[in-house]
Amino acid sequence: MPKAKVTFQDIGVSVTVPAGTRLIEVSEKVGAGITYGCREGECCTCLTKVISGGEFLAPPSILEDQVLKDNMAPRNHRLACQAQIIGGEIVVKPA
Amino acid sequence: MVAAAITDNAVEIAPGVHWVGALDPHLRSFDIILKTANGTSYNSYVVRGENGVAIIDTVKENFADDFFRRLESVAKYEEITTIVLNHLEPDHSGALPELLKRAPQARVYLSSRAQMMLKALLKPSGEKPPEYTPVTTGDEVDLGGRTLRFLHTPYLHWPDTQCTYLVEDGLLFTGDIFGCHFCDNRLFNDTVGDFRFSFEYYYAHIMRPFREYVLDAIALIEPLELNLIAPAHGPILRHAPRDYVHRYRELATPRLFNEARSEKTLVVFYISAYGNTRRMAESLAAGAESIGGVRVSLYDLEGGESGIFTDLIEEADGLAFGSPTINADAVKPIWDVLSSLTTVNVKGKLGAAFGSYGWSGEAVRLIEDRLRGLKLRVPVEGLRIKLVPDAGELDACRDLGEQLARHLTGRVEHREIDMAALA
Repeated sequence: MPKAKVTFQDIGVSVTVPAGTRLIEVSEKVGAGITYGCREGECCTCLTKVISGGEFLAPPSILEDQVLKDNMAPRNHRLACQAQIIGGEIVVKPA
Repeated sequence: MVAAAITDNAVEIAPGVHWVGALDPHLRSFDIILKTANGTSYNSYVVRGENGVAIIDTVKENFADDFFRRLESVAKYEEITTIVLNHLEPDHSGALPELLKRAPQARVYLSSRAQMMLKALLKPSGEKPPEYTPVTTGDEVDLGGRTLRFLHTPYLHWPDTQCTYLVEDGLLFTGDIFGCHFCDNRLFNDTVGDFRFSFEYYYAHIMRPFREYVLDAIALIEPLELNLIAPAHGPILRHAPRDYVHRYRELATPRLFNEARSEKTLVVFYISAYGNTRRMAESLAAGAESIGGVRVSLYDLEGGESGIFTDLIEEADGLAFGSPTINADAVKPIWDVLSSLTTVNVKGKLGAAFGSYGWSGEAVRLIEDRLRGLKLRVPVEGLRIKLVPDAGELDACRDLGEQLARHLTGRVEHREIDMAALA
């Protein structure tokens, strides 16, 4: 299975993950500072800054895109409960 | 509620501006979490301009009849051009579906975050959402000779909340900000009974978890000319309205003087039946202290009360909880503290758990789950030690403390992990 690497900058941890993993699945396991509310892409609690490698995340769904707009999220921000890692190397931290 | 029964008509609070809310004197608890010894009020307002009429918020659904009766005493439904929703919680939006039926031509103005809530609110009625405009700070609606200007004041106390300023009159409709559960039909702060306790109690339970947002809101409000504050609950603040803004600033300022100043703070709470969890706590604290840059405090929960610790927890950067396992659970004093933190913001603080156990040792994992549920980050796996910690195990406690201190001070060493190795 293709692998990817995601680094949680706030806790200094890099995790090798299978492609297709969502950020939420790994961030909670390593205790990163990204916090979650609804876990369904509506509440925007898990807003996350993508420092690099944003192109290695699957594009936001219509719902995620709308929630990001509604919350006036800056560029290069994603919802960790929605964002799916598709490969490469990604660096993130809590917004 | 005291004094003569209030009229069924609207009450003028400024020229061309009327209160059309409802009184709920018999309510004894609000949203489950608040006691309301003398009830509450749901304040709604009508603003008349040369070109139209605006309604600012509505009331709880059960009180819709009172609202519509008062509204009809000062405006016709066909005159309503504007409905402003400062906050969509049901106690302020309960009469909205019916109002939209009676004034379908009105355009709704609400914050960006309120849009999804509006759709959810109208779902049971089967009505399609009305024409609406999401607004933010500086956006305006011209009523003809009168201007409504919006202030983006989120999280007070929902993500959707905003304030609306009637520019020409210096009148601010604040939603729940500066409100309180105090029902008095004399309506105005200079005529009602003593509501100081209610004002502070409301802040402590509703606004305190969002104090950073309170300060942001105050920064927007303080420069305004303020002749009157019209909140969505409790007395209308026409006498010395700015005093209430000052009081909010005081209340939102940290309660304890920061002894640690530039240092990070780690508070270690523990409770111990035979001294084993206590020894773990002491080693953990010593380890954290050894790293430098962290002020560590050690508290035995048996010697305090959960309410007393709330101020301390609000100010701390990191929290570690130690509990033995008794009957497959953490002990009650731990849960008492961990269930009393909804009035303060703990999101993003560092959390950790540890404890000695005899047989099964569930307490540590249960505490970690609760800490994550409270939105603390838990980057270091907790430590469970069977019964009496030996020297090597106390070293492990010390190491846990060092790791926590490194996380607090940003000196954690980079780690590479394979996801398959994670539990």
